[in-house]
Amino acid sequence: MGESILYLVFVLGLLGSATGVVLMRTPIHSLLLLIMTFFNAAGLFLVWGAEFLAMMLVIVYVGAVAVLFLFVVMIMNVDEKQLKFEFSSYTGFSTILACILFTELIIAVLPWKTWEKAIDVIALPIPQMTTNANAIGNHLYTQYFYIFQLSGLLLLLAMIGAILLTLRTRNHIVHQDIKQQVNREPTDTLSLIKVPFHKGVDV
Amino acid sequence: MTHLLVLVPSIYLFCLGLFGIYHRRHNIIMVLLSIEIMLLSVSVNFVGFSCILKDLDGQIFSLFVLTTSAAEAAIGLAIVLLYYRNRGSIFLSDMNQLKG
Repeated sequence: MGESILYLVFVLGLLGSATGVVLMRTPIHSLLLLIMTFFNAAGLFLVWGAEFLAMMLVIVYVGAVAVLFLFVVMIMNVDEKQLKFEFSSYTGFSTILACILFTELIIAVLPWKTWEKAIDVIALPIPQMTTNANAIGNHLYTQYFYIFQLSGLLLLLAMIGAILLTLRTRNHIVHQDIKQQVNREPTDTLSLIKVPFHKGVDV
Repeated sequence: MTHLLVLVPSIYLFCLGLFGIYHRRHNIIMVLLSIEIMLLSVSVNFVGFSCILKDLDGQIFSLFVLTTSAAEAAIGLAIVLLYYRNRGSIFLSDMNQLKG
């Protein structure tokens, strides 16, 4: 009973705040509602018994992705006039498209039943005696090891790509070149001249 | 009937993401946010069925979906930032240099 009430609360929060994300006028409001959406999804995952993923969602999505979005929105200086123009067209078209897809998927899903023998063929039964993180780790580092490494590689690639795209070398700023300073010899710049008496030197 | 409790929110979130991509298509940040919502719906679907079938596979796949979406967000935002630096705008309607 308590579980279903929690389920209802989190699902309604999830769907409501996700709707708000799409409909809010300014990107910053949408972003704050997206954080709310992720928290509700994390709560839903907790109800479903996936504690590790719930915490991962809070750390990765809220802590990294949403804050990344927040920084980018705050860096940019978007004027309000263009935001008004943003809603001008395509609303009817997008509503119809989304409604069609929703109806199709619901029609496809309604007569669907779980296969009776599905219980017998499950790949990785959830162990009862260990924690969720322990069970996921056991399978992630054995059975799914190569995919795990590949996803790590993907993250590395994303990091290198993001740095490479946004890095700019500033040529107009004067830098201190330590190597040049250390390798400088007195003879490079300084010359000692014996000045003849009453004659001087040509500079 | 338990599978509907997972599938209906997930389908709703997916369609909402699709709606968002078309509805807010002028602002590239909103398009990226809508894609995040669609990826979240996939994640919700995986974890929900993992709970119904008592199978850990769904949670592990959800972890990979999470990784991919983080990478996608990082690259997408880098491209947005680069575009904003060069053109001073983040509106998709201003991206008309290719004349596609």
